[in-house]
Amino acid sequence: MSEVSQDSQVKQKGKTKKMSTRVDFTPMVDLGFLLITFFMLATTLSKPQTMEIAMPSKEKINEEDQTKIKASRAVTILLGKENKVFYYEGTRENNIDPVLVETDFSPKGMRQFLIKKNYDIMVKVRDLKAKREVTKLSYQDFEKQKNEIISDKKAPIILIKGTIDSSYKNLIDALDEMAICNIGRYAIVDITPFDLELLAKKL
Amino acid sequence: MPKVKIKRKSTAIDMTAMCDVAFLLLTFFMLTSNFTQKEPVAVSTPASISEIKIPDRNIISILIDAKGKVFFGIDGQENRVQLLTKMGAAYNTTFTPAELKEFSLVNKFGVPINLMKSYLALKTEERDLPQNALGIPCDSLDNQFKNWVSLAKGINGEYRIAIKADQATTYPVIKKIMGSLQDINENRYNLLTSLKSTPDYE
Repeated sequence: MSEVSQDSQVKQKGKTKKMSTRVDFTPMVDLGFLLITFFMLATTLSKPQTMEIAMPSKEKINEEDQTKIKASRAVTILLGKENKVFYYEGTRENNIDPVLVETDFSPKGMRQFLIKKNYDIMVKVRDLKAKREVTKLSYQDFEKQKNEIISDKKAPIILIKGTIDSSYKNLIDALDEMAICNIGRYAIVDITPFDLELLAKKL
Repeated sequence: MPKVKIKRKSTAIDMTAMCDVAFLLLTFFMLTSNFTQKEPVAVSTPASISEIKIPDRNIISILIDAKGKVFFGIDGQENRVQLLTKMGAAYNTTFTPAELKEFSLVNKFGVPINLMKSYLALKTEERDLPQNALGIPCDSLDNQFKNWVSLAKGINGEYRIAIKADQATTYPVIKKIMGSLQDINENRYNLLTSLKSTPDYE
């Protein structure tokens, strides 16, 4: 018995057991993916988009400024309930009411009308974009020139008015349409009794 | 016919490569991440084609949920302490240093100033419960929201206002907020939106 045990001891001393250098990486991978999952869930990769708007300051709004807008160039957009939108051109002249048209925010709705209304400027902006491709205009210069074009004196003036039934989404959609159709002159204003009257007649 | 010998393969796979990939991705996420700020209410912003990114710092964030409750928050812990001290002075409330410390850790809040003390005494997880998140009053009678914004602007003039509202928020609420901002001559602000692709009209 003792001999055998001695024998085995000798064996252990003389021959160092070769350990495999391979490590099982599976738990480490598990850990790695666990941490990835955590970071993916806890982070916001993209910063939110924003839309910059400038409202007129309160002192400037007075009757004089309001009436300065030429009726022929003014378009009023009324945001109604259930994502409906109405628009009319001009205002009441010689006791004839402007035609109130009902439409929506789909590409074939409001946008068609605005593009038609703002066609000259859209063409100019398109030309400027094409020019930018060729001449490698810097972004600042491009924006500057674009601003000059869209603030043209002959451009239509859009008044956005929300009814109490409309939502924030409608407002953003309307502002979006302004950006898409390159409309530089627009304002968010309070709804007037005249607008409500027109709406009431339509509905 | 020779016997087909199926070679027994070891089921152990070399995980080294996978481990490499996992840690590479981990490093990427750790470096690019900025942690999501916890918000008192879930808000889904409307989509827009605007591609301007919001700056990281100096933001007054105004959060409006679908029901029209208004929440408010600024960044910078020292600024928050200053803001609450000033707001307390305006409404005849003094806050203890412990409360100020607690307030400096609050990201966004929506409570009337008279309930601020009890709000700060609550546990963090209780603060966002519907009965505790009441929204900041911004009516014409009691427009605390206006005071918060104008005091915050007084502390740091570089603050930009960012409004994040739910797409279902009704227009009168938005108008009320815009009107309040107009009253204190804050006419430029940002509306947070999610991204939508630009349609091409060539």
